[in-house]
Amino acid sequence: MSQTPANPACAIECRQITKTFGSVVANDKIDLDVRYGEILALLGENGSGKTTLMNMLSGIYHPDSGSISIAGQPVSINSPVDAMHLGIGMIHQHFKLVDAFTAMDNIVLGTHGKRLAPKVLKERILEICHSVGLEIDPEKRVYEMSVSEKQTVEILKVLYRDAKILILDEPTAVLTPQETGKLFAILRRMREQGRAIIIITHKLQEVLEISDRVTILWKGKSIDTVNTAETNARQLTELMVGRPVSLSIQRPQPQDPQPVMDVQGLTVKKPDGAIALDGISFDIRSGEILGIAGVAGSGQKELCETIAGLTKSEKGHITFKGEEILGKTPAEIISLGIHMGFVPEDRLGMGLVASMGMVDNMLLKSYRSHKGMFIDRKPARALAEELIRRLEIVTPGEDTPVRLLSGGNVQKVLIGREIESGPSVLITAYPVRGLDINSSYTVYDLLNEQKQKGVAVVFVGEDLDVLLELCDRILVLCHGRITGLVDASSVTKEQIGLMMTGSHSGEVQQ
Amino acid sequence: MDMFIKFLVAAVLAGTPLLFGTVGEILSEKVGHLNLGVEGMMSIGACSGFMAGYFSDSFAFALIAAALGGALGALIYAFLTVTLMANQNVTGLTLTIFGIGLSNFIGVYALGFSETGTLKLPDGITAHMRNIHIPGLSDLPVVGELLFSYNPFVYLGILIAIIMGLYLGRTQTGLNVQSIGENPAAADAAGIRVIFWKYFNILLGGAICGIGGAYCSMIINRGVWISNNVGGLGWIAVALVIFAGWKPVNAIGGSFVFGALRVLKYYMPKSVIDLPVAFYDMLPFLITALVLVISSMRKSRGIGLPAALGLNYYREER
Ligand SMILES: Nc1ncnc2c1ncn2[C@@H]1O[C@H](COP(=O)(O)OP(=O)(O)OP(=O)(O)O)[C@@H](O)[C@H]1O
Ligand SMILES: [Mg+2]
Repeated sequence: MSQTPANPACAIECRQITKTFGSVVANDKIDLDVRYGEILALLGENGSGKTTLMNMLSGIYHPDSGSISIAGQPVSINSPVDAMHLGIGMIHQHFKLVDAFTAMDNIVLGTHGKRLAPKVLKERILEICHSVGLEIDPEKRVYEMSVSEKQTVEILKVLYRDAKILILDEPTAVLTPQETGKLFAILRRMREQGRAIIIITHKLQEVLEISDRVTILWKGKSIDTVNTAETNARQLTELMVGRPVSLSIQRPQPQDPQPVMDVQGLTVKKPDGAIALDGISFDIRSGEILGIAGVAGSGQKELCETIAGLTKSEKGHITFKGEEILGKTPAEIISLGIHMGFVPEDRLGMGLVASMGMVDNMLLKSYRSHKGMFIDRKPARALAEELIRRLEIVTPGEDTPVRLLSGGNVQKVLIGREIESGPSVLITAYPVRGLDINSSYTVYDLLNEQKQKGVAVVFVGEDLDVLLELCDRILVLCHGRITGLVDASSVTKEQIGLMMTGSHSGEVQQ
Repeated sequence: MDMFIKFLVAAVLAGTPLLFGTVGEILSEKVGHLNLGVEGMMSIGACSGFMAGYFSDSFAFALIAAALGGALGALIYAFLTVTLMANQNVTGLTLTIFGIGLSNFIGVYALGFSETGTLKLPDGITAHMRNIHIPGLSDLPVVGELLFSYNPFVYLGILIAIIMGLYLGRTQTGLNVQSIGENPAAADAAGIRVIFWKYFNILLGGAICGIGGAYCSMIINRGVWISNNVGGLGWIAVALVIFAGWKPVNAIGGSFVFGALRVLKYYMPKSVIDLPVAFYDMLPFLITALVLVISSMRKSRGIGLPAALGLNYYREER
């Protein structure tokens, strides 16, 4: 890094920033300070205005009122170009990459002057990679990339422009713990180089691990800034939610669990022919929560999709109450009461229609059971209202298009609809991705409630602490094989971690 | 053999207006704007080019006027779809209807002033539109006729296609521009002036279409004004964009192939295959349909169809 400005203290000073969208006050007189050489965490519930505030720093939105100073100079950021000239780079909650381009082309996108020869460019990129410890294949096209690779490209884009101020909006929401660890190492190195970094995350342990200071937003207001060293998860949660919350998950004893679904010798191939699931067998029982743990890409996605009838299997059987369901259409499977709350990396891509309001999105799932020619919106509206109340969804109204909601609130709509549809088997994958603490716990409570109603719940998760606290049994997948099926109350996080890497096999108890 | 060479020459001539239209439309689609107004922009260019030539007696001025006319049509489209974010399909269709109507109206109006009852370009201009003659080269057998004896429009079209190919494919600016059609939000976040480049490309595309229109009014009918002189070529150009895989250089070959299909009926000896003329008229559209089917079956996803084609962009929208 070349030089830090004369006043090294303040990279960003925001004063009294206000931004409204129609009747929604997304930011209400926010103050924010960030220094060079520090990592500031921005914490707040879903819809508290974090992304909006960051978008104003990166020139996507323009504040209605308030002032911004960068490196001590008052500035007006009217476009992303302005932000770039001020040395601000942002990695967005929903990636902004051109899928058809290579990593290289995405990185140089928007720069001016002569197009560099691929060889020169590649070298320059690899040099940057080397300086912070990133890895990338510059010639790979974005649509072939995994999420973490895409994120690497986003980071490189920012570094290539030598941004002094980095904004990362929920970078860890879709990363595995290992990838998160790597990202943090890179962020620390960038902090040492004297850059100012703002990171948004809902995971408190990450806030505590990576940040120097934490600014907390609450319903569009900046309510407090604390030094990370002087705080703890409990205090942060209280500040964020505005009242004390208990951070423990209940685990009611399963009531008379009965096997309802039986998976036998299931083998599934990926589209490219590689084995995704390799002859796995287990059962799913009513009234209990079965956790599925594993490094991302160990077959979780294929397992869920096969049960839902979206992917064909090679071998094996899945029986539901004695009836074979392999070969049935997704619609037939849903009508058996097997519901799926799969939260994909791209929330809006699957399961919801972005331009429709909540009410119509509820209807999408229930229209089949309806008789008569015309739509009756009343039950759907009631359901939408119920969800807004129970999950505390922040939205101007149940007819507001879901794409206008904040990232986490979109998710609540998706997950809430599946839970409320009264299933007998409920499969949820990563349901709390991108949800704030409070909503995460609400989701856990909802899952527990379903369990107590006798629903067989499958919970595919990434946070081992949560899996251990919430689930009754945990199934560990590694490279498409079961490396452990254990009782959650009698196993440690370390043991599960070892099973996930396949270096240790847990006794497979039935 | 002689007949075959004549056929190839006729194919190139028939394909040239398509080439202009296709390259123009590619420029527009590359920034995400499906402009169905090609026919309209060509018509406006046909009219403004012809009239400028007719009244000024200058070939260069006619060309410039044709380009400006096409660009003016494109400006209407760009203002409606980029700035006001109107529906692209509806705007494009309207532009086509408007462009043809305006062109015919001005033509009929100008005819009213003509003493002979026709509008014919002065000789000073037609002299420029004759086939070129390069001593030596043009006299070569076969090659001379096939490569070096067309009217200047043909070479201009090929030159424009190659330059646009280099612009889009080889320069940083071209890469930036393409990203707008792929993902305008990403382009915007990367600091590319999305609105500016959308206008730039749409207008440049319109200007190129306009020159293609001038070909229709000035060359095809040998300098005599007739109504509806573009005659649906703009529509084929829209389809040709897909055939060319959104690459200006491919458009050269593509438009000559379609040109060949259009003139096939005059050159196919009845003794070989005797098909009704209507079959030949249908051929370009049949091929277009086939191309669409085949290209949609190909799995590879390179830089081709712009991912954000047809979607208007507003920064604060999400
Ligand atoms: N372009 C927009 N149009 C209308 N409303 C918007 C727009 N952008 C944000 N909002 C609203 O502003 C509020 C704040 O949204 P924002 O995305 O900043 O929340 P967030 O803190 O990032 O939440 P999350 O953690 O869920 O991502 C939300 O109520 C959202 O619906
Ligand atoms: Mg957000």
